[in-house]
Amino acid sequence: MLEIRNLCKTFAKGTVNEHAALRSVSLTVADDDFITILGSNGAGKSTLFGAIAGTFYADEGEIILDGRDISNLPEHKRARVIGTLFQDPMKGTAPGMTIEENLSLACNQSSRFPLARAVQKRDLAKFRENLARFEMGLEDRMKMKVGLLSGGQRQALTLLMATIAKPHLLLLDEHTAALDPATAEKVMGITVKIVKEQRIPTMMITHNMGQALSVGNRTIMMDAGQVILDISGQERQMMTVPKLMTMYSGARGKELDNDRMLLSQ
Amino acid sequence: MSLTMFLGGLQEGLFYALLAMGVYISFRILNTPDLTTEGSYTLGVAVSAVLTVAGHPVLGLLCAFLAGAMAGSVTGILQTKVGIHPILAGILTMSGLYTVNTAVMGGKPDVTLTKTTIFNRLYEAFDINLAAFNRDRQAFTMAKEITVLIVAAVLAGAVLLLLVWFFRTHIGLCIRATGNNEAMVRSSSINAGGMKILGLAIANGCTGLAGGVMTQSGGFATISNGAGVLVVGLASVIIGEVIVGKRSVTLGFISAILGSVMYQCLIRLATSMNVFPAYYLKLISAVIVAAALALPAVRENLQRSRKGGRRHA
Repeated sequence: MLEIRNLCKTFAKGTVNEHAALRSVSLTVADDDFITILGSNGAGKSTLFGAIAGTFYADEGEIILDGRDISNLPEHKRARVIGTLFQDPMKGTAPGMTIEENLSLACNQSSRFPLARAVQKRDLAKFRENLARFEMGLEDRMKMKVGLLSGGQRQALTLLMATIAKPHLLLLDEHTAALDPATAEKVMGITVKIVKEQRIPTMMITHNMGQALSVGNRTIMMDAGQVILDISGQERQMMTVPKLMTMYSGARGKELDNDRMLLSQ
Repeated sequence: MSLTMFLGGLQEGLFYALLAMGVYISFRILNTPDLTTEGSYTLGVAVSAVLTVAGHPVLGLLCAFLAGAMAGSVTGILQTKVGIHPILAGILTMSGLYTVNTAVMGGKPDVTLTKTTIFNRLYEAFDINLAAFNRDRQAFTMAKEITVLIVAAVLAGAVLLLLVWFFRTHIGLCIRATGNNEAMVRSSSINAGGMKILGLAIANGCTGLAGGVMTQSGGFATISNGAGVLVVGLASVIIGEVIVGKRSVTLGFISAILGSVMYQCLIRLATSMNVFPAYYLKLISAVIVAAALALPAVRENLQRSRKGGRRHA
């Protein structure tokens, strides 16, 4: 379970470019949550992911993952328990290394003796079996350099790398946005399957409102560094894309009113 | 090419292969041109020379590796922990090492190695001595050359095996990933900074070892021994890649050795045929490296201008 309490982050503090990207965000992600996150550009979605993954440290607030405060852990230590996928398929794999080497790198990262053989026979069967589920023929190309694969294949591989040792949290930052529609659908299908089977608490940023409502069990919307909408269960089932858009502008309007009220006081 | 010339090229090529493998690690695996090489090579020379004079030639080689590794870690720390530009970090270490190297050699610019090098010891062990010289001069010289060749081959082979093994271990794979896609490593559980430091340490350890064994084979150490060795290493790596191609890390190390031997033989051939005087060597090495590195860009420009021409037509 992930608990975020009063998370704040301001970039370029004390300059003319000062920008409050996160304003006291609090959020609880349950173990069987698959949350989709909506919001316009600059709403703070990716900043929220960055703060959770440790790309930078938050100014204030706490991030507690499975009972452990990870707010002050460096990025590479958090990465042991958090899997992250980005939009850019080039970001998550090493192009000059083979498929099996990339997977070995991700597998047993924290438990393996540093001087043990990197690619182990007993892992290969597991890799093949997992790759075969993608139906991309990757299982027969284990010794191929990843740089030769297509974007969709690389993203599928990245997904497998992020989940082959079950993470405590999975962060997906528009991980299908750069793929062609057919491949994107395929990768999304595999994502849903893996998350469901392994019961990984997951957060996914998307710009596709239809996808935000159809995938996962809970949808939140962010704006100006705050969570302005958090729906699940029946409320979410009743939700439609047009209603969501009205709600979105409604929420923004209320927010503006609040600001105005503050200013007038 | 005479036999002695070929033997000389083979010997020196195998000694310099240690350097070439070190440069392969920094330049190809870690993807940073590492100028520490010039300083760490001389550091290996100095440490090995001083310990050899003190009567410990084998310890001298070991310490040449360790000293080189320490120099490499300094560059790595400058790069990762305090964020200095990789090239500048190498230049700073190289520059600072000049003082360290002179200090190691007791403030003198050169040291003559007395009869205690590993080669002298082996000559003694194999009875390659004055008596043998008086018996048959040619056989004496040949035995000496073969001994040096065996040492060079064993050393290069042992380092090759160790490196091939190391870069197939888990931590070796982490170092390769760091050089290959740092963005990925940063968002993974690998400590990218630590891997860079370790990689540079191993690279410069190999370089230091090359300096250490070269100085024992030459019997003389000077503070300027390391000048231009980075380009020698780069040329070897690139020539090796032209012959073998870029396929895997294991083949990369083998190609570095082949390239080094090839390069030394070619240089000897060219100087013996009076194609150019010996002092031209550095310029020619630099031109070889620049030309080889420019090739992909030149090729692309040519293709683009051809396509562009068609589009306008």
